[in-house]
Amino acid sequence: MITQSYVESLAMKGARIDGRKFDQYREVTIEYGISPKSAEGSARVKIGDTEVVAGVKLEVGKPFPDKPDEGSIMVNVELLPLSSSLFESGPPSQEAIELARVTDRGIRECHALNFKKLCVKEGEHVWLAFIDIYPINAGGNLFDACTLAALAALHDARFPVFDGKKVDYAERTKDQLPMERLPISCTVWKVRDQLLVDPLPEEEQAANARLTVVTTEDNKVCAMQKGGTEPLTVDEIMAIVDLAKNKSEELRRFFR
Amino acid sequence: MKYTKRFDGRKFDELRPIQARVGVVKNAMGSAEFKIGKTHAIAAVYGPRELFPKFLQLSDRALLRCHYNMMAFSGSGERVRPGPSRRSKEISMVTEKALEPVVNLGEFPRAVVDVYVELIQTDAGTRCAGICAAALALADAGFEMKDLVAAISCGVVGDQPVVDLNKEEEDYEDGAVDIPIAVMPHTGQVTLLQLDGEIDPEHLRKALDMGKKACEQIADVQRAALRAKYTEE
Repeated sequence: MITQSYVESLAMKGARIDGRKFDQYREVTIEYGISPKSAEGSARVKIGDTEVVAGVKLEVGKPFPDKPDEGSIMVNVELLPLSSSLFESGPPSQEAIELARVTDRGIRECHALNFKKLCVKEGEHVWLAFIDIYPINAGGNLFDACTLAALAALHDARFPVFDGKKVDYAERTKDQLPMERLPISCTVWKVRDQLLVDPLPEEEQAANARLTVVTTEDNKVCAMQKGGTEPLTVDEIMAIVDLAKNKSEELRRFFR
Repeated sequence: MKYTKRFDGRKFDELRPIQARVGVVKNAMGSAEFKIGKTHAIAAVYGPRELFPKFLQLSDRALLRCHYNMMAFSGSGERVRPGPSRRSKEISMVTEKALEPVVNLGEFPRAVVDVYVELIQTDAGTRCAGICAAALALADAGFEMKDLVAAISCGVVGDQPVVDLNKEEEDYEDGAVDIPIAVMPHTGQVTLLQLDGEIDPEHLRKALDMGKKACEQIADVQRAALRAKYTEE
């Protein structure tokens, strides 16, 4: 058992359990089309031992009354008990809901998808993208893995055929989703006074604060979420934003 | 109408391509993935571990608890609503019954062994693929087992006995009979049997014989997957 005090004492000495630098990610891989028959788009993301799959299903629905010419997305994260002994079956945990909402916000708020281009007929038919994300092995840093997986699945997606009445899922067009920006999530964790990225589960347990920062390719921050019980100073927040910006640029390169 | 040629060109007793791999979920005690055609299942085993609430505990053995789930994007049409359904609960139950006879649970009284089966993509035969993956995951976890369990759907399409029906064949317009079976490959005994459709006893006999043979082939792939992991280590 690796204890909190061990992780902390290492951090104070400037070291991590697996020997990485504090600003170093584990190996990242993205694989597209892992459920090509069933999902309109799908992807698998690995960050070290962490593995997450995401799939996109496209449905035609009624637009929201206040936005009659816009489609929408729905993000769902299920923390499968298959992926960790710490997860239990049952209704979604707070943790799962937070993950889904932060992922959703990152994509929605920076307009990664042009919702207006998801409109088929104003007031009647719009495309709804359901993004379902599942960890296969939860080995730390699910926040960043979920956003990467969701984006990769969106990029992989092709529209099914819609004839104005029914969606034919057996047939797909060559059209991709109207993706316009690439928001990348980088979550920075604070162990004692040390900031680090891409934690192992033991490091997540030892951390007292975290801040997820989602940035776009033109260096805008489009979503943030603080977690943990310890407060952060404004200087710390700006240092985290800076670190996240640099790291996100690195992660963005993994996209084709 | 006669079903003379299979939609995907296979022989009537031919399985779709199979891939099996053991040790795919690092956090789990044991795990495996099993692909047959486009159907793709992952299974992971956690336990033996403490079982709560206590009244569920069995005094003479561990409880084997299976959880079958289709990922929301894994269906062929619209999104599958997440969460348990009547269908997934029944499949979870028959999966437990299919595996229980081979696992020695007597070693761990009052404990629970959880087996989670997730479907990433489906094209018929998901419960059988799930059982094949789960049996491998239990073996990977190191449980004492009398035998493996291999599973396949056999049946009749039109009036032709076949094995390993895909979705197109299950939906055959002139009727198809779907018989998922699980077999202990050493003894040939059947641990899962369900039937959907209408069939006469001669056809049933023929379909079951074909299914049993197919399970022997599947068991070979399963053994090879286990060997691949444990001979390299």
